Amino acid sequence: MPPRMLPEPTPETRDFWSGCKEGELRLQRCTECDGGSYFPPRPFCPRCGSRKVESYKASGKGVLWSYVINMRPRPDMGTEPYAIAVVKLEEGPTMMTNITGCPQTPEALQLDMPVEVAFAKQNDDISLPLFQPAGA
Amino acid sequence: MKQKSVAVVGAAETTKMGKIPDQSVIGLHADAALNALADCGLKPSDIDGVATAGISPVELAHYLGIKPTYADGTSVGGCSFMLHVRHAAAAINEGLANTILITHGESGRSRVGTGGFGRSAASLAGQFEMPYGPMGPPTMFTVPVLRYLKTYGLSAEDLAWVSVIQREWAAFNPRASFRDPLTVDDVLNADMIAWPFTKLMCCLVTDGGGALVLTSAERAKDFPQKPVYVLGTGESVETPMVSQMYDFTSSTAFRVSGKKAFDEAGIKHSDVDHLMIYDAFAHLPLYGLEDLGFCKPGEAAAFIRERNTAPAKDGKPAGKLPLNTNGGGLSYMHSGMYGMYALQESVRQLRGIAPAQVPDAKISIAHGVGGMFAASGTIIFSNEAP
Repeated sequence: MPPRMLPEPTPETRDFWSGCKEGELRLQRCTECDGGSYFPPRPFCPRCGSRKVESYKASGKGVLWSYVINMRPRPDMGTEPYAIAVVKLEEGPTMMTNITGCPQTPEALQLDMPVEVAFAKQNDDISLPLFQPAGA
Repeated sequence: MKQKSVAVVGAAETTKMGKIPDQSVIGLHADAALNALADCGLKPSDIDGVATAGISPVELAHYLGIKPTYADGTSVGGCSFMLHVRHAAAAINEGLANTILITHGESGRSRVGTGGFGRSAASLAGQFEMPYGPMGPPTMFTVPVLRYLKTYGLSAEDLAWVSVIQREWAAFNPRASFRDPLTVDDVLNADMIAWPFTKLMCCLVTDGGGALVLTSAERAKDFPQKPVYVLGTGESVETPMVSQMYDFTSSTAFRVSGKKAFDEAGIKHSDVDHLMIYDAFAHLPLYGLEDLGFCKPGEAAAFIRERNTAPAKDGKPAGKLPLNTNGGGLSYMHSGMYGMYALQESVRQLRGIAPAQVPDAKISIAHGVGGMFAASGTIIFSNEAP
């Protein structure tokens, strides 16, 4: 199996990936407006344009928002069908991910079911923020 | 009202369509371009503006021996050609060029002279989507759909109806890749690609091309073909990542682009005789009908199922809003950037020469999507001088 396709952090996203490595899901928010949390990371508020933003540890909780089950696995993802999912985080943003710890079937993957982050270490630098059914 | 003073005077697709292993990408561009030039009685040297996507306008211009005063390389996916029409209208009105050639060619199936389709691991999509296993449009464009279906109490059967009715249109089209009738069960029981999408809810992968020639409405009257006037135009872009759409049940780019085009054209929805909505997958006509304002949110599936967009069949009359009358990306052809073929079908309908001709069609809309809900372009055409 070829090695899994992994992210290459940039200066603007390094803090997010460092957080994943340390076991925390980090989001960003503006300290000047009420724009709320946003994702993916960028060094300014997408609502008001201010550069005064902060990174913080998010709850890691959300709900399963939408998904497809890929029946023709990408070679680096193994041989079994898997869900390409989007979770909606408690703090508002949506994020693409995979759902672990449950069968990859429509029956097991119910929209709006609570999920929580489960980091999957890939190498010394990268851990991917996957999600599992809450309380699993 | 500047946009009203421009018209399509030349329009053609590649000589062959479907599987074309003996032509490269640039060859398909040129074939379509020469056909469109022949259609309006011009030579390459008569062209002073070029626009294309997929390849650079530099490649196109030099290949055809054109020395243009205007070049547009806007490349935002399959709707790029709608944006080229829009920009060409503005450019002609502003005097940047008089006669603009827009081309598309893609060896989607045979992959002759085709570049790669990679995304850098450092891009936003490379960091925040690719690690989770998406493999091309069938596993990305489709991601928002379960949320849409749940929001409106719909099911995969509602997606299947889109494929079934578009196949009815394809049956009229001798150049369509697939023409045999389909049932909802056929669609639901086809190979599962990315649940809930079966193969028959996904577009084809074919080779082909198309080209348009635009000039001022004033000059358009002197050309051999019936002019097709540009009445209103819109464009917008939304997100490079489908997971970051503002709303999974609606395309913001569709809404912005569609509203702009309707406002410019000054028409009502009931004025529209014919509609093309870029259908890379079966959910796109649903989003398109709703986001362009033809249906209320959640009502497009019933609108289609009740045959409002269908041809006449078994004694039932044709629907009031014929949609994707060439068979669409689902049945006619889909090379990768299908927007050009939606434009071509709008032009054919308004010239009165479409295989499935809508009687007395006067106003047609070609609405395109780029990327995976990344971008949008809308062109409203009329065959009556504005």
